Amino acid sequence: MSADPTQTLAFDTSCHLFDGCGFPAPGLHSFLFQPLWGDADSNLYFNKTMLLALLGSIIIVGFFWAAFAKPKVVPGKLQLVAEAGYDFVRRGVVYETIGKKEGEKYVPLVVSLFFFVWMMNLWSIIPVAAFPVTAIISYPAVLAGIVYVLWVSLTFKKHGFVGAFKNFTGYDKTLGPVLPLSMTIEFFSNLLVRPFTHAVRLFANMFAGHTLLLLFTIASWYMLNGIGIAYSGVSFVMVIVMTAFELFIQAVQAYVFVLLTCSYIQGALAEHH
Amino acid sequence: MSPLVQLAAEEAENPLIPPIPELVIGLIAFVIVFGFLAKKLLPNINKVLEERREAIEGGIEKAEAAQTEAQSVLEQYKAQLAEARHEAARLRQEAQEQGAALIAEMRAEGQRQREEIVAAGHAQIEADRKAAAGALRQDVGKLATDLAGKLVGESLEDHARQSRVIDRFLDELEEKAEATR
Repeated sequence: MSADPTQTLAFDTSCHLFDGCGFPAPGLHSFLFQPLWGDADSNLYFNKTMLLALLGSIIIVGFFWAAFAKPKVVPGKLQLVAEAGYDFVRRGVVYETIGKKEGEKYVPLVVSLFFFVWMMNLWSIIPVAAFPVTAIISYPAVLAGIVYVLWVSLTFKKHGFVGAFKNFTGYDKTLGPVLPLSMTIEFFSNLLVRPFTHAVRLFANMFAGHTLLLLFTIASWYMLNGIGIAYSGVSFVMVIVMTAFELFIQAVQAYVFVLLTCSYIQGALAEHH
Repeated sequence: MSPLVQLAAEEAENPLIPPIPELVIGLIAFVIVFGFLAKKLLPNINKVLEERREAIEGGIEKAEAAQTEAQSVLEQYKAQLAEARHEAARLRQEAQEQGAALIAEMRAEGQRQREEIVAAGHAQIEADRKAAAGALRQDVGKLATDLAGKLVGESLEDHARQSRVIDRFLDELEEKAEATR
C-alpha cells in the first residue's frame, strides 16, 4: 500500500485545468479505502465503509428507538413519521406481495432491510461521509445472502425436496418437449443468478451513482481555472441535479430490494410456481 | 503519478468480489438493526397500533350503541304515544256509548213511569166512579123510596123488601140504559 495516508479526499485536489496535469477521473480506486485501523493486506482492518455501516445501524436503531421505545396511542411527530415509514413497508410492500396473513411474519425482516439499505444508500449524499456503503459489493451481498438462505429454506420447508425442486425449476407439464430446457434455465435463473442479480442491482446502481457524482464534482473542481470556470459552473449544477436524482434513486433501490425480497418469499410460499 | 492512481494500478481488483471483512461488518450492522427492530421496537409499535385500532373501533362501537339506544327510546316513546291516543279514543267511544245507553235507559224508565201513572190514574178514576155509582145508587134508592113513600103514603119500612125492590128497579134502569146505549 503506497497511498498517501494524509489523502482524505476522493481525488487529487492540487490539479487544475491548464496546469499540465490530466483529469483525475474517478474509477475503481474511488471505491477503495485505506484502513483507518489495521492492515489492508490482512483481513483484519477497519475502514470508512465499515464505520459508515455501523454508524448507519446506530442511526437507524436510534431513530426507531426515539420513535418506538415508548410509543403512544396518540403519536408525537417523530412517532408519526416513523409509523408512516413502517406502515409504508408493511402495507405497501409486504401485504401487497405476500399477503397480510402469511406476510406478517416477515414484516420485521423486510422493514429492517428497507431502512438499512436506504440508510446505507443515503450516506452517498450526506456531507463528509459522501459514500454509499452499498457501492461496496460486500454489503448488498450479505443482505441478498440472508434473503437467499431464507427463501430457499422456506421453499424446502413448504414443499419438501421434490416440491422444492419443482418450485425452483418451474415444473409445468403443459410445456411438453420444451420442459427440460425450461427447467434448466429456470433452475439457473432462480438458484444461481437470482441472488447475484439481487445484490448486484443495488450495488451497481449505487456504484454508478457515486461515480457520476464524483465525476461532476471532480470536474467542477478541476475546471476551476481560467476559461474553464464557465464549464465548472455547468458541472456544479449537474452535481446539484445528480444529488437530487441520487436521493430519489436511493429510495427507489431500497424499495426495489425489499420488493424483490418479498417476491422471492412469496414465490417460496406459493402453491404453484 | 499520483498516489491514488498508483493505488488503483496495484489494486485492479474485481469490484464484484466481496472483501470478507466488509461482509462480516455488514452482517453485524444488519443484525444490530434487525435485532432491535424485530425484538423490541416493532412489537412495541404493533401493540400500540393495535391499541389505537381498538380505541377507534371502541369509539365507533360506543357511538353506534348510543344511536341504537336513542332509536329504541324514540320508538318506545312513539309506541307509548300511539297507545295513549288509542286509549283516549277508546275512552271517548266508551263514554259516548255509555251516554247513549244511559239516555235510552232513562227514556224507557220515563216511559214506564208515565204509563204507570196513567194506569194508576185510570184505576183511581174507575174506583172513584164505582164509589160514586155505589153512593149514588144508595142515595137515589133512598130518595126514590122516600119519594115513593111520600107518594103512596106508606112507609116502606121493611128493609129487606125495600132493598130488593130498589135493586130490581135500579137493575131495570141499568138494563134500560144499556139497551138504549
